[in-house]
Amino acid sequence: MSLEVCLRLSRGDFALAVEACLPARGVTAIFGPSGCGKTTLLRAIAGLEPQVHGRLRLGDETWQDEGYCLPPHQRPVGYVFQHAVLFPHLSVRGNLDFARRRSGDGPGPGFDEVVELAGIGHLLSRSTPNLSGGERQRVALARALLTAPRLLLLDEPLAALDRQAKAELMPCLERLHESLSIPVLYVSHAIDEVARLADQLLLLADGRVEASGPLVEMLTRLDLTLAGSEEALAVIEATVSAIDTDYHLTRLAFAGGGEGRELWLPGDRLPVGRKVRLAVHARDVSLTLQPPRQSSILNIIPVQVDALSPSGPAQTLVRLRADEVPLLARVTRKSEAALNLRPGQALFAQVKSVSLVE
Amino acid sequence: MLTDADIAALLITLKLAGLTTLILLFIGTPLAWWLARTRWRGKPAIEALVALPLVLPPTVLGFYLLVLLGANGPLGEHSLAFTFTGLVIGSVFYSLPFVVQPLQGAFAAVNRGYLEAAATLRASPRDTFFSVVVPLARPGFLTATVLGFAHTVGEFGVVLMIGGNIPGSTQVLSIAIYEHVENLEYARAHWISGGLLLLSFVLLLMVYGLNRRFKVVGP
Repeated sequence: MSLEVCLRLSRGDFALAVEACLPARGVTAIFGPSGCGKTTLLRAIAGLEPQVHGRLRLGDETWQDEGYCLPPHQRPVGYVFQHAVLFPHLSVRGNLDFARRRSGDGPGPGFDEVVELAGIGHLLSRSTPNLSGGERQRVALARALLTAPRLLLLDEPLAALDRQAKAELMPCLERLHESLSIPVLYVSHAIDEVARLADQLLLLADGRVEASGPLVEMLTRLDLTLAGSEEALAVIEATVSAIDTDYHLTRLAFAGGGEGRELWLPGDRLPVGRKVRLAVHARDVSLTLQPPRQSSILNIIPVQVDALSPSGPAQTLVRLRADEVPLLARVTRKSEAALNLRPGQALFAQVKSVSLVE
Repeated sequence: MLTDADIAALLITLKLAGLTTLILLFIGTPLAWWLARTRWRGKPAIEALVALPLVLPPTVLGFYLLVLLGANGPLGEHSLAFTFTGLVIGSVFYSLPFVVQPLQGAFAAVNRGYLEAAATLRASPRDTFFSVVVPLARPGFLTATVLGFAHTVGEFGVVLMIGGNIPGSTQVLSIAIYEHVENLEYARAHWISGGLLLLSFVLLLMVYGLNRRFKVVGP
């Protein structure tokens, strides 16, 4: 099943013209700078932008076409607004019941399941104006889920929150990702949120689609703005394969595991078998032609050069592949010349720092 | 104390004010909702029309209504002048702004975000109005009800013009006071005047007191 979007809107000097076919599963992040039309696109999909034209289909259901527009209250979406927008005249339970009573008989997650997922069991009888920012967002998320949506739309749910509140909501979004099969569109302008939650990425710039595709590929595409940024990183999906209790290290296997397909990470809290995401920043990867015999760096991975791209006057961004897993390295142009880097070349990546995406 | 005629005037006044308020809530609510939401260019003209009774001498309003409802008007022999029905029609015009304006203000203050949130929670526009807008605008409804009622109780000019002063049929309290004073019955005028003063104060106290308690906190 997929979400076919072909929507146009013009308002003053802003124009949105988005054409995309997104897989309706997992989390798709809509990413881009402020003012690029992310929120407008999300609102248009929910039917909240009356001036929008074009086509919109989820699976075989048409929501909008020329001369036809399903009103917002008939679209099976759940929407979490940036500022939660809980009804102030209803308690937390009242807000949840508002959604539950109108959800129809569609198969959706149960009340208890949703309350547990959002971690709001202790808040049910509270009145909404007194909740903290993080609590409000968790209630808003639960409320949206109780409408039994076929598509969940999250509009920067973390943007208005402080660090503490973010830390509360993030695990809740991850549980959502793991336990429910509802496809999610997630608007964000923070790459760390995207790296943690998204499976696919839709890049927007000036109201248009710059590119879209799987997260891991998109992060490392040298022709896109993401890889060009100072924070450029690659995301690796890995599984905890062993714990070294003597040195308090965790071994993580990626790309099927085996020789050179493992990374070591400080810490011993994670259970064996847990799937995690790792972030490797381009600035933390250096390249060497020979495997170093005596080095303090634990993580040395045999890789192949995939592509090169200049990054400013002094540096070069190199995309590498360890089997199918892409990585980025930022090296100086001087090193590029010294190592005579070229596509297809086999060498070793020394990873100075790996972090769990959390 | 109160004579039978005074009590009859009291009952007519209460009946008139109650009925007028009820009709105004039915008419005023959709009108106020439309005025609060519309971007139509002609909106100021409608708002000015609604507000006219605030500044117009009641006798002017009463005069035109008399012309319209009287025996020489379009209704002919079905004239409503000097009947209770005529009084209700006059009062509805006279008290319209006191109901529409507080409602319009309360509706305009309802954040658009709540309406959008309700729509994404499968509530139809009608459902949203009754389950979100009405509770959020509750202070506005309270103000509108009390002001509409109290203002109708206090009307004089319009009633005199189209209702006349028929005891037991169209004589209301404010006119009973006028008549007592005309007849130099000051003691009886005092009783009714004092009663109306107290009633008006209590009603307004209720509005301000309850509106403070119902204060709705925005996001």
